[in-house]
Order: sequence, then structure tokens, then C-alpha cells
Amino acid sequence: MTTNIDEEVEAESAAPTKRQLRAGRMAEAAGAGAKVLLVKIALLGLLDAFAVYALFVLLTQQQWLYAVIVLVVAVIFNWIYFSRKKLPAKYLAPGILFLAIFQVFTLLYTGYIAMTNYGTGHVGSQEQAVSSLMSSALQRVEDSPTYPLTVVDRLGELSMLVTDPDGNAQLGTTGVPLQDVDATFQDGKAVATDGYTTLEFAEVIARTDEIVELVVPASDDPNDGALRTTDGSNAYLYTSSLEYDEAAGTMTDLNTRTVYSDIGTGAFTAEDGEELLPGWQITVGLDNFVRAFTEEAIRGPLLYVTLWTFVFATVSVASTFFLGLFLAIVFNDVRMRGRKWYRAAMILPYAFPAFLSTLIWAGLMNQSFGFINQVLLGGASIPWLTDPILAKVSVLVVNLWLGFPYMFLVCTGALQAIPEELTEAATVDGAKPWAIFRLIKLPLLLVTVAPLLIASFAFNFNNFIVIYALTNGGPRDPDAPIPVGYTDLLITLVYKVAFTGQNRDYGLAAAFSILIFIVVAVIAIITFRKTKALEDLN
Amino acid sequence: MSDFLDTDTETDQKFARETVVAAGAAGRGAQAEFALSRARRTDSQRADGSRKRPLGRWFRETGWRHLVGVVMIVFSVFPLLFALSASLNPRGTLTGSNALFSVFGLESYARILTSPQIPYTAWFMNTIVIAVVTGVCSVLLGALAAYSFSRMRFTGRRFGLVSIVVIQMFPQMLAVVAIFLLLSTIGDYFPAIGLDSRLGLIMVYLGGALGVQTFLMYGFFNTVPASLDEAAKLDGAGHARIFFTIILRLVVPILAVVGLLSFIGTFNDYVIASVLLIEPENQTLAVGLIKLVSNPRYADWSAFSAGAVMAAIPVVVLFLYLQKYIVGGLTAGAVK
Repeated sequence: MTTNIDEEVEAESAAPTKRQLRAGRMAEAAGAGAKVLLVKIALLGLLDAFAVYALFVLLTQQQWLYAVIVLVVAVIFNWIYFSRKKLPAKYLAPGILFLAIFQVFTLLYTGYIAMTNYGTGHVGSQEQAVSSLMSSALQRVEDSPTYPLTVVDRLGELSMLVTDPDGNAQLGTTGVPLQDVDATFQDGKAVATDGYTTLEFAEVIARTDEIVELVVPASDDPNDGALRTTDGSNAYLYTSSLEYDEAAGTMTDLNTRTVYSDIGTGAFTAEDGEELLPGWQITVGLDNFVRAFTEEAIRGPLLYVTLWTFVFATVSVASTFFLGLFLAIVFNDVRMRGRKWYRAAMILPYAFPAFLSTLIWAGLMNQSFGFINQVLLGGASIPWLTDPILAKVSVLVVNLWLGFPYMFLVCTGALQAIPEELTEAATVDGAKPWAIFRLIKLPLLLVTVAPLLIASFAFNFNNFIVIYALTNGGPRDPDAPIPVGYTDLLITLVYKVAFTGQNRDYGLAAAFSILIFIVVAVIAIITFRKTKALEDLN
Repeated sequence: MSDFLDTDTETDQKFARETVVAAGAAGRGAQAEFALSRARRTDSQRADGSRKRPLGRWFRETGWRHLVGVVMIVFSVFPLLFALSASLNPRGTLTGSNALFSVFGLESYARILTSPQIPYTAWFMNTIVIAVVTGVCSVLLGALAAYSFSRMRFTGRRFGLVSIVVIQMFPQMLAVVAIFLLLSTIGDYFPAIGLDSRLGLIMVYLGGALGVQTFLMYGFFNTVPASLDEAAKLDGAGHARIFFTIILRLVVPILAVVGLLSFIGTFNDYVIASVLLIEPENQTLAVGLIKLVSNPRYADWSAFSAGAVMAAIPVVVLFLYLQKYIVGGLTAGAVK
């Protein structure tokens, strides 16, 4: 293992001579030893093995772009770790790889998704949508010829080997149209072909589920139909009740003669507006944002959710901070005994996993059976979590419970860091305690705590778990077309629009994410302005 | 600050100074000066204010603090006691749990551990494995990066630091839609790290490894004197050896904090885990338990409480064990 010392801070003196460098390298080699080298080679070997495997998989699936990316990354890693220089890169590369893929790329990708109609019914390309539509409308052609069938297997993938009415052997599988092949015939039926294993009867029975799923296109033209089988021994020609006209870009329903055309919305649409789903994914530009701000049914909920998100974050920060500060002052008196026990008890809400305590609170606040209504209030039926206003209060109370210990810890630390001499001096000058607190301690405390308050705001702005585990965003707003409730934050709205309900709308959810990005970015800018954190970096 | 819970052992000098403040508050300046001079003399003498003061004054000065303390203890501990009581109650329902500590039995624990519909033990193991692996790898990746930022000077170093500070402002869960679609694409070619894969989830979490934690560690690494590196280098140690055998051992406290924060963050994550993990036996505690309770037909509240108590134990124990480090690390970045 070698290195190049002149990249390091300490060696800023005169440039080392060649001899010194060589001596340094020898010392390095003697110091590091063979063990490190072995570990390094083993790790790189592992990495390369994975890269080669990934390349193999991607190339067989003809994913050239992904293959190039894998290749480039692998080459860069080898270059970094085999080079004698690039010392910082050796330490940074692994972390940056994950950061680049799962943080930076996904953030940018979110921006892209926000510009598409990606969602239920709009997944994949137009080509996939056409083949999926056609195969979903397949009907067996009446009186069509029977194709004697042999099911064959290659590397776990099943194919159909059929004998067409003219007596020729043809092979194909789902997505791969029939093609003439050389085959072994037995009683006029093709029973085997090179490179494939013929399934025995028992195997056919065992894999019936896979076999009946096979849809083998008769030719490249989807209108020619496809072969399917129900028993594994004979296949029949099925054609679609839909007819696809590639030149005109239209789908025609042969039963009703309705023409569905591609009008640029990512689905074949009839003149009366009826859509054939699945459609496909297209770029819609800023349509999702336009929808969010102009469509009444979405704009209303978005507006109150955004407002509530700000209220929730602000009130949460303020309530936890003031309670924490108050407690810090109360328990900062050395004359008080047993402070240790009080503090230990008050840290518990912070140590307990947040999602569990929130679920417990949801039980306590349950309207019909919860402890608060049944025991504390003697059988009252107060809708703590189901009334629009009360649910908001409940959420804030639970979040206060979750958040005050943190502020208590932070404020205690900050208070204890304020030098006693200041208080003494003020006292000698005749200041009253309240004045000392307000004019001396609080400003000093705020200097320490302000960045943490901003961070806490940013955290509460996206405090998913409290809302989701306590009220699930509810009570649900019955008028909204998207799943949204009166305690939803923007982040829970994103989650619900994208991942719950029948209609998942990734595009709209990503657009909402972008709105959160903007808010968070503004918060970040304010933080950096205020704290000059970035200037201090060196 | 590091001995947060042990502040009772502060010296009496400080106590005396606060007496001064209290005296000053009452507007007795001369007495204050007297008390101050006395404080300097009575360093080792433990003053016991509560016994010497009359009750009314005791209440005004410290008694009401105990009142606040008791109220806060009830507020803080009650929900947790409620869960404990419910978990020890063999009768299942929420209503049945309202009579606190009226019955005692471990049947609920047995129920949640053996229920055929609820793969609780699988959730538990998944959570521990995912959180531990993520924690360890995050610490390693973060420490490597922090070391290079702290000890080396290279082109793009400042840019790197600034980017890390800026990027960590954006939590990963904002990109949950993109993460889901990315993993679904990856899964088309490599099912082992695609959707419904715990390994894939860990990799996603590691995307956040170079975040706020690297920054915490960077600050801590800077406090380790560079002369140590130089001495080691003079003795012939290579950079890898300096890093692994010298620096890492000196920064163990911050590694513990970062590892724990990452562990707790992973443990509590619902958004990404719930989207990526599909099969019930692949899910984590957060996903499994939240989905379990949100099912309106699920009424076995005491079994859930038993599950919650068992799930909380590792986190609470780890937290209390490492809390003196955490409290120190807290002021460097908000985590909760």
C-alpha cells in the first residue's frame, strides 16, 4: 500500500526530493504491511466480481445505458484504488457513490417525475401499453386451427414449440414472436429443438400456472394475434378485439367500432373522452404544478395542508422550546434534591422510539375505548382524533410530549454554559432575576440554540411519523378527490397521493415534493445567512 | 455537560453563588456580598437549604420545583406505564387495558411472539439487522470522509464540505417516490437489491451516510491534534494505519453518537421502509406495527403493547447507556 505524502496537510514544507519520496514509500510499505494490501485486493476483487456480474446481466438484457454506467463506475473505483495518488478519493469514494445514487440522483429524479404523468395506468412506454391492451382483450378465434404444442425450457424460461397447420416447427415465447426453427418431429409434431429441454408431462402439470400465462405473438404485427394454451398440449390462435393502427396511432375496438386515438395525454382516448387504460408515461411539463394550483379540488386541500404544515411546525417548535426552557430553568437550581430522578424520567419520552409512543398515544386518545375518555373523563366521548379541530390539538400535544425532552436537554446545556460571572456582575449592579434572565441569559441562550430551533422547524415540517401513526392525516376530507385529511402535512400528503388508494399518482406526489424542497431550501438559505455556517467552513 | 444526570454533584461553591443570586433577588445587596464571601470560605461544606428554611420559604424557593417535577413525571411516564400495564394484562382489548396493573400475566407476550398471522420475530430481527448494519456502515463511510476532509487538502474540498451541509438539509424521504421507482427499476435486473429487499433498503439508507453525521465527525476529527499523525508517520505508519489504529480510537465517543443516531433513525423510519418492503416477513417493526394497529379489525391491544415494550427495550437501553455522549453531541445537530 503506497501513498503520496505531499497531499497531506502536514507536509507543506519544501517539496520533497525524489529520494525522500522513495524513502517515504518504502517506509509506508514497511508500515502498512501485507495484511492491508490483501484486504484491499480482496475488497476490490469482490467489487469487480459484482461489476462483471452486473455487466453480464445488463448486456444480456440489452440495457446499454445501465451497462455503461456500471462499467464507468467500476473503472473509476479501480483507478482510484490502484493509483498511487488520489488519496482523498480513496476515503471519499464509497460514501460519495451511495450519496450520488440514493440522495442526489433521487432528488433530481423526483424533479423529472414531477414533469410526467407517471402513476396508476401510466407506467411504461407506449409500446408496452399497446401490447398490454391487446393481450388483455384477447379472444380465441372461432374455428381457428389447432397448433400441436410442446412446452420447452431454457434457463428456467418457458417457450412454446408449435407445429403450424403447414407442418413447420415454430418457436416463441411471451414477447418474442414465433419463428421457424429446426426441430425433431414425432408423428408430425415437433417435440424437441436444439438448446431447449422438452418438459415432461409431470413438469407440465407442475408448471401449469406459468404455461397458461404464455402469450406468444404470431408475428411482429400485434394485430395478427397470439398463441395461448390452456392445457399445455395444444395452442390456439387468439386475436385481440382491439386493432392497433401504428401509422395513425389509433386503437379500434372491433366489437363496438369505437376509435380511440392518441391525443397526447398518455392514453388512447375516444371522442367522448373515455380512456383505454393502461396508458403510457409521457412528459407533461408543468401540468402537475398547474393542476395543483388551478384545479379547485386540489388547490383547496393543498392550501390548507400547506398552512397547517407551517402552523404545526411553528407551534411545535415554540411549545417544545418554551416548555423545555422553563423546565431547564426550574431544574437548574442546585438546592433542589433529586433532580437526577426528575431528569431521568423526563428523558424517557425522548429515548422511547417515536412511532411506538405515538401509537400508544393513539390508543390513549381513542374515542370509544381510550384511557383519557374512559377513565380520566369518566366515560366521555370526546373525538380527540376524529374531529378536525381537536385532532390538530391532539397532534400538537403528542408532539410536545415527544419533543420537549430534546429542548430541555439543549436548554440545560446552554444555560450551564453561560458563565456565572455574568450573573454575579449583574446582581452586584442590582439587577432583578427576571431582568437578568431576560436581558442576559435569554439572549446568550438564543445564540446557542437558534440554529437548533431552525433545524427543529425543518424536522417538524416533515414530521411524518407523528401524523401518520396518530391520525393517519385524518379526519379525511370527504370532498377532495385525492386522499387528504385535516391533519395531513405536506409530506404525508405526498405519501398518500403516491402510495395509498386505488389511484396512485406519482407525478402529482413528486410535484408536491418539489414544493417541500422549495420550502426547505428557503429554510436552509435563512439558516446559512443567519449562522454563517458556510463561511466558517475551511 | 457530559455528565448530564449527575449534576447533583456540583460543588457547593456554585450553590453558594446561586444563593447570592437569590439574595440579590430579594434586594438585599449587602447580604449578597456577605454570602458571596462566605461561599468562598465554605467550599466543602454541604449546605442543606430545605431543612434550615421555614416551610413557606422552602416552597417558594424549591418546593414548587418539585411540584413541577411531579407533574412532568406523570406527563412523561404515564403513556409508557400504560403500555407496560397493558402488555402485562392477558385480556386483549383497549378497554380492558384501562384498569392499570389490575392483572398480571405474560400471555400477551406469548401471543405476539407466536401468532401465525403476525411475524413479529421476523420484524424484530429485520429491524435489528437493518439498523445495525446501516449504523455500522454509516459510521464507517462517514468517518472515512470526515478523515479526508479533516486531514487532507485537495481541490474541491470546500465544495465537498459545502455540498454535504446543503444536501443533508433535504431528508431522503422527500424523494421517496423516486427511490421507489429507482429500486423498482433496479429490481427488474437485480432482484436481490430491488423492491422488497432488505439489502436494497440498507443501500438506500447509506445514501444518507454522508450527511449531518459526517459533519459532526469532521468537527470532532479536527479536535484531534495533527501532531499525532505526524508522529505516527515519522514512525513509518501509512495513512490507512494512522486512520484505523490511531484516529478512530481517539474519536470513539463521536462514533458511538453517530452510530446510535443512525440506528435510531433507521429504527424509526416508516416512509421508505414501508414503500420498499412488501412481504410481511421482510418488513421492519415500524412498518409492521403501524400497519397492524391501523387495521380496524385488530383489537388485541395488549399483544401490541407487549410487542411495543419489547421493541423499545433495545433502543431505550442503548440510549440510556450512551446518553452522556449523546447529550454532548446533541447541540451539534438537531435530531428529533
